[in-house]
Amino acid sequence: MIASLLVQGGQMALVLALAPLLTGWVRKVKARLQRRRGASVFQPYRDLRRLLGKEVVLAENASWLFRVAPYLMFAFTWVAAALVPTFATGLMFSWTGDLIAIIALLGAARFLLTLAGMDIGTAFGGIGSSREAMIAALAEPAMLMIIIALALLAGSSQLSTIARFMDSPAVGLRVSLALALVAFLIVALAENARIPVDNPATHLELTMVHEAMVLEYSGRHLAMIELTAALKLLLMISVIGCIFVPIGLAVGGEGPVGTAIGLAAYAAKLVVAGALLGTFETAIAKMRVFRVPNLLGGALMLGLLATLLLFVSKGL
Amino acid sequence: MPAVPSHPTLLAELVLLAIAALLATGLAGAVRARARDGRVLVYGACLVLCVLLALAGLAALAVPPTGLSLPLFLPWVGARFRLDPLAGFFLFVVNLGGAAASLYALGYGRHTAEPERVLPFYPVFLAAMNLVLVAADAFGFLFAWELMSVASWALVLAHHHEPRTRRAGVLYLLMATLSGLTLLLGFGLLAGPAGDYSFAAMRAAHPSGWIAALALMLVLFGAGAKAGLVPLHVWLPEAHPAAPSHVSALMSGVMTKVAVYAFVRVAFDLLGAPPWWSAVVVLALGGGTAVLGVLYALMESDLKRLLAYSTVENIGIIFLGLGLAMAFRADGDAIGAALALTAALLHVFNHALFKSLLFMGAGAVQTATGTRDLNRLGGLIHRMRVTSFVFLIGCAAISGLPPLNGFVSEWLIFQAILLHPDLPQWGFKVMLPADGALLALAAALAAACFVKAFGIAFLGRPRSDAAAAAREVDGFSRAAMAGLAALCLLAGIFPGVVIDALAPVAHLLLGTRLPAQLAVPWVSVVPVAAARSSYNGLLIFLFVAAASGITVAAIHRFASHALRRAPAWDCGFPNADPITQYTADSFAQPIRRVFAASLFGAHEDVTVPPPGDTAPARIVKTIRDPIWDWGYAPVAEWVERTSLTLNRLQFLTIRRYLGFVFAALVVLLLALALWQ
Repeated sequence: MIASLLVQGGQMALVLALAPLLTGWVRKVKARLQRRRGASVFQPYRDLRRLLGKEVVLAENASWLFRVAPYLMFAFTWVAAALVPTFATGLMFSWTGDLIAIIALLGAARFLLTLAGMDIGTAFGGIGSSREAMIAALAEPAMLMIIIALALLAGSSQLSTIARFMDSPAVGLRVSLALALVAFLIVALAENARIPVDNPATHLELTMVHEAMVLEYSGRHLAMIELTAALKLLLMISVIGCIFVPIGLAVGGEGPVGTAIGLAAYAAKLVVAGALLGTFETAIAKMRVFRVPNLLGGALMLGLLATLLLFVSKGL
Repeated sequence: MPAVPSHPTLLAELVLLAIAALLATGLAGAVRARARDGRVLVYGACLVLCVLLALAGLAALAVPPTGLSLPLFLPWVGARFRLDPLAGFFLFVVNLGGAAASLYALGYGRHTAEPERVLPFYPVFLAAMNLVLVAADAFGFLFAWELMSVASWALVLAHHHEPRTRRAGVLYLLMATLSGLTLLLGFGLLAGPAGDYSFAAMRAAHPSGWIAALALMLVLFGAGAKAGLVPLHVWLPEAHPAAPSHVSALMSGVMTKVAVYAFVRVAFDLLGAPPWWSAVVVLALGGGTAVLGVLYALMESDLKRLLAYSTVENIGIIFLGLGLAMAFRADGDAIGAALALTAALLHVFNHALFKSLLFMGAGAVQTATGTRDLNRLGGLIHRMRVTSFVFLIGCAAISGLPPLNGFVSEWLIFQAILLHPDLPQWGFKVMLPADGALLALAAALAAACFVKAFGIAFLGRPRSDAAAAAREVDGFSRAAMAGLAALCLLAGIFPGVVIDALAPVAHLLLGTRLPAQLAVPWVSVVPVAAARSSYNGLLIFLFVAAASGITVAAIHRFASHALRRAPAWDCGFPNADPITQYTADSFAQPIRRVFAASLFGAHEDVTVPPPGDTAPARIVKTIRDPIWDWGYAPVAEWVERTSLTLNRLQFLTIRRYLGFVFAALVVLLLALALWQ
């Protein structure tokens, strides 16, 4: 009881502590690939501390929703992250929600963010929110189709069970799984506002989606939003890690050695995924906004195809 | 009649008495409509009676079915009534919505210009909906059904001065007639050649495959037209918004559920076992309706029409769940069918809550600003604090966001889809994953749609003087909306209570039930097995509340809590003119471009005047409704042409008429002779 509570609490603290580091690492990789020295990997922590210490400059007609949204978004994302096995499955509260619930929690955070973008009543907020709504309208169903495919394979939509199934020899090599992985990667890029869907480093008006929504935020509110974005990136990589690369995942009851292996494997996954993300973002150009639906529609179709294959191949 | 506690039909009698009292209230409304106390009298009585009926519905969930026969309607045959768990559940839903609408109307009704056009019909409408639920023969059912249609039609025409409302009234009457006609034919097939119109006889007769399928399709048409299944939905977004808002709430939140009841009653209770492919039809219609409905809603900039289209979407989700239940039942999995049916009925309950809430919110906005055009609203969150908060809850709930109630029912439907990848029929192998995708798409688009509805109406800066001068609405309206919002949250964090309450319904219709949810520790929802999937709304709610609370406290304690108000930043170029904000149309533009360009033929024509010309630039948005253009318009044209041709027959001489009569006689006699 106490031990599992510790593991649960440890995981929640761990994701929160690691999230800015991962963002710093991706930025570092990108900088090095662009032959810049780049800021330290710890820069995001310093940014957060700086933002937290500053006063909030709030637009005159901002409502309570604008002030509440950053904290609630953070809470939704953190709770979602708490349900994802990072280095160990068998989380104490993993039965609180399955993978669908995790995605819905992220959807709730996005719902608040898009509303907050419209609260001040500026054109930028509107442009960001309406584009985010379009991206979400394709990315969320694509994600749900991937989840349905995975859940049909594993016989469960519970993330721990899926991870355990993917770690077992019962998986084999499956076409559906490959389709789901490709679709998942596309959706993960879109969900985290990465290139080619959106550019997290830009402040050029016509290309902004996420940054346009948070344009009016400052101080501690902005810190919460930045932390939420970092947490979401970590969450997505953790989900990919525990579903598609479940190597080294501690399943509970293997003692400190297993836990250490799990932690090391998790750290390695984050490092590799961050490096891959940085490399990918450097190698590819950002898409025009109205090309994004083609990409995400492709992900949706891949997810549907994966599910359809499973339905058709079962019970023949 | 002396009320004896051991009297088995006491509950049914009580329900019928309450319905009779509602009808009497309608009479009182007709007499006292112009009087000062008319509104309080009618809505107060409706509120009390609805609460009573809702409690009776709850009680009916727990007791075995009771029948009752009264010497009404047809001489010698009489009218039969029956109260069973299915009727009890719908009684509860209908009267919960009715009670909330009546409470709301106590305040909102003050703004009615011509109370004599609302007060007599409102209680009759409520009574008719209740009567549909307890009727146990086709005659009583259809009588109540038509009474419901006529009463709601009269309420739609309360604002008959507007030409659009009159058009809506005609369209509604047409579709209601069609719906009643198909139901009549469907019941005729169910009753069989013996012609016993009681439900008990229909239940006992097991019609053969084709007759059953035809009857089911007719009832699907009749109930679907009332509920708003695409392509029979065209009247709904015209008629529901035209009525006063508390009536809109009833029509969208509650009357569509009566139509769902009619379908469930026939498909799961009266019909023995319809052929498996009928489930494919229901699945296809449900999935298509869900996505098309929400796409229509996204294109809409009238708040109440948007909500009406969203009702179409939710009806699609409900029918999708019912189709799953039919599919599983056809393949002999009663537990799976119970899961899907429970999910669909849970969505019935949830939708009644949040759609009533949202329509009441739209009514409050209309009262406060005089408009329901989103493009003339904005910034209401500053002036209507309670309304905006509860409307936000409703928006989040209908978007299927945890920890609110809409998520639970959609989650359960997903669990039902995941249940059976191994159904043998190819129709299901294709339809189930397609429906999964359609449901996912509908849920995501619904979130976009309600971000638009709330964001444009309540956030930002006011786009008109009326919106800038808006005032909060009266206490009755706020109480009704707040009550519904609280129920949305409660049903979201304790869904097990509702799911367990639905167990007798599943048991009645399918002979089995879901495992008791309240026995699960920590009030989790575990539809099949804990290893498969579970969801705990309470913990999610507590975790989110705790995480945000602790964060806020920690940041304000240890970091900074300084705050300064300043003009908006807007990249350095803030524009004071509110028309620089996004509008409902511009918000939906990306989605319109992605989804509606081919489906609805949506396109924009921009005309920019040449340099030197001071004329304004124009942007014209065009959207076609494919179902109207290709489905209804040709039929209407054909009817018009035919009737014009036949019109000539009305101007003939008496000799020719006599000639026609003679010819008709000869033809009929010939036909008779040939047939024998």
